[in-house]
Amino acid sequence: MHEATISFKERAKEALADPTLKLAIDRTTGTAERKRAVAMTQFPQFEAARERGKRIKDHVIANLDHYLLEFERNAIASGAKVYWASTAEEASQIVVSLCQQAGAKRVTRVKSMLGEEIGLPHALDEAGIERVETDLAEHIVQLGGDRPSHIVWPSMHRTREQVSEMFKRMHRAPHQEETIEAMVDSARRELRDKFLTADVAISGANFLVADTGATCTVTNEGNAELTTTPPRVHIVTAGIEKLVPSTEHAFLLLRLLVRSATGADVTQYTTFHCGPKQQGDRDGPEEFHIVLVDNGRTRMLREGMKEMLRCIRCGACMNHCVVFRQLGGHVYGGTYPGPMGAVLTPLFDGLEKSRDLPHACTMNGKCQEVCPVAIPLPTLLRGWRDRSWREGLEPATVRFGLGIHTFVASRPRLYHLGVAIAIRVMRLFSRGGVVKGMPGLGAWTAYREFPAPAKRTFMEMYKDQEKGQ
Amino acid sequence: MTTPQSVSRPPSSPRVALFVTCLVDAMRPSVGFAALKLLRDAGCQVEVPAAQTCCGQPAYNSGDTADTARLARHFIETFEPYDYVVGPSGSCVGMTREHYVDAFADDPAWAERARRLGERTYELMSFLVDVMHFAPADVRLDTSFTYHDSCSGLRELGVHAQPRALLGEVSGLTLKPLEGNDVCCGFGGTFCVKYPAISNAVVGEKADAIERSGARLLLGGDLGCLMNMAGKLKRKGSSVRAFHAAEVLAGMAGGPAIGEER
Repeated sequence: MHEATISFKERAKEALADPTLKLAIDRTTGTAERKRAVAMTQFPQFEAARERGKRIKDHVIANLDHYLLEFERNAIASGAKVYWASTAEEASQIVVSLCQQAGAKRVTRVKSMLGEEIGLPHALDEAGIERVETDLAEHIVQLGGDRPSHIVWPSMHRTREQVSEMFKRMHRAPHQEETIEAMVDSARRELRDKFLTADVAISGANFLVADTGATCTVTNEGNAELTTTPPRVHIVTAGIEKLVPSTEHAFLLLRLLVRSATGADVTQYTTFHCGPKQQGDRDGPEEFHIVLVDNGRTRMLREGMKEMLRCIRCGACMNHCVVFRQLGGHVYGGTYPGPMGAVLTPLFDGLEKSRDLPHACTMNGKCQEVCPVAIPLPTLLRGWRDRSWREGLEPATVRFGLGIHTFVASRPRLYHLGVAIAIRVMRLFSRGGVVKGMPGLGAWTAYREFPAPAKRTFMEMYKDQEKGQ
Repeated sequence: MTTPQSVSRPPSSPRVALFVTCLVDAMRPSVGFAALKLLRDAGCQVEVPAAQTCCGQPAYNSGDTADTARLARHFIETFEPYDYVVGPSGSCVGMTREHYVDAFADDPAWAERARRLGERTYELMSFLVDVMHFAPADVRLDTSFTYHDSCSGLRELGVHAQPRALLGEVSGLTLKPLEGNDVCCGFGGTFCVKYPAISNAVVGEKADAIERSGARLLLGGDLGCLMNMAGKLKRKGSSVRAFHAAEVLAGMAGGPAIGEER
């Protein structure tokens, strides 16, 4: 894969040099930020709801074994089959073999980040099963042959102009008018017969409801309903952290999720899927399978990252992240981008491969401020930095530099002498109030001026003042 | 009949240690002298402990917890004898107040000392307003300014209203709102040199927003962020001049701005 072969910094450089990408990012995240801000002014209970949401998730995480078994029991009672997968490979294998058992030639998929996480699109393609992405943005991603760049708007990296061009090139009966409606119609024409002729539907779940055994999906396009209704088989894949005790809890979290993601009060479509078609039902699948996926989640619980299991995948952290808004999602190199992705990717892909992610953060705290379940994202990112330091993954230059810094800074007289010398050296390079061409300052001065230091340090001047008095 | 009132009264003449911070010490001593003047005007007995060095933030942000703890112990020993510790930086104060405790996760005795000192440690603007109930008198500056809320001060310490209240007392000075005033400027301590290209893109947008505000001055409460923004504005050829808010409040904004010849 493209992302794996070049470093984070090189990927970042490419992204920074792409003005069309920046335009696409600004349009999507800017709109999301504005709409969320408006929604918050109309939702004064946000703080209280956030506290409750956090408590619900923490409670479930602390009693995960209990709720998992309750969910399994109730799901089985509803006629569903439940599978447990401890790794991504196991999970996607279960799904692929269920598709094969169903003799599936064509499967329709509802957007699911968990599906991306377990590598399901790739596994289905490898198995020679035709995969049809039914979420409009996922459809765009599929046509472009790339990966989602945002967890809520997977095709955020493409402008509508680019999408229009792509549809014209690849759709059977593309749009004539350059309007969003005409483009959506083009996609509808392209996808409608596939919805109706698929053998298996695969969806994720926004919530797993323990006391009913139901799974819940939310969409704004209605594609989840149209995807999961006609086919004979419906397979749900979900991370075990999606559990909630009851439907009421799901609705409380939904209020937080939707406002944080799109700024709407509620999603256009909120559907609870509970078991296969029963006698007397007019529609629904004959088989209903639920694959419960761990893939590192119980490790997060053990390794001091349990707050991350609260995440409800709203995307607010990335929409408000200054780094994400410069780079977009692909630069992060994992399934999940932005602050939450920078916490998760080292867990999935290994810290050595992704040590840049927790470091490429200014620690400004905005992500935690907007998180609807108050995940301390900066603290978790610092946790990775701490681990990277302990495991010796930090560059020798940084270790050496900080070692000297600590040695000097724990000796006040040496420290003050050192600072006094340093500013005098800097002043040798100072012209017109700024430092020019000084070795070691290139990372700063390549892009901005470095204000020149004073002639003497505060401590020197203060000492003289005190003596004079 | 009178009812007891819970209006907090400023402590009379507390012994305050000025936590100068590395950047102010090395790069812009005038901010330190401005802080000194403001604290004295507010009625504090100010001392500058000579043993102070660096709070350990570079080590902490790099994941080097052992060195952080070493410098944190030095900081605590240096500043413990005073009634209050006050520094002209939300970032450095946030470090000592909010994060020292984390660095002593395995050392409850030091964690407790860190916590206790943290309770008496303040960012300059919030100390002047919230503790000393101070307002500057007879300061005049006929110009317009815009204000950037540095992230650590804003989110870790709740510094937002205090600098505006203080600056509101300066006659002739008008505030021009900054679009995205609470959005990070891209400094981020070591971030700006570890990921300079990303940092530059972020501060580029910030500089554009500052220019759009139409203000003549950019003010803030953290020298790191101010140097980043002033450095970018200067590279762009902007005429906006940057000062630490303390310099304006102390009537010391007559000299060269950040990045100007002195």
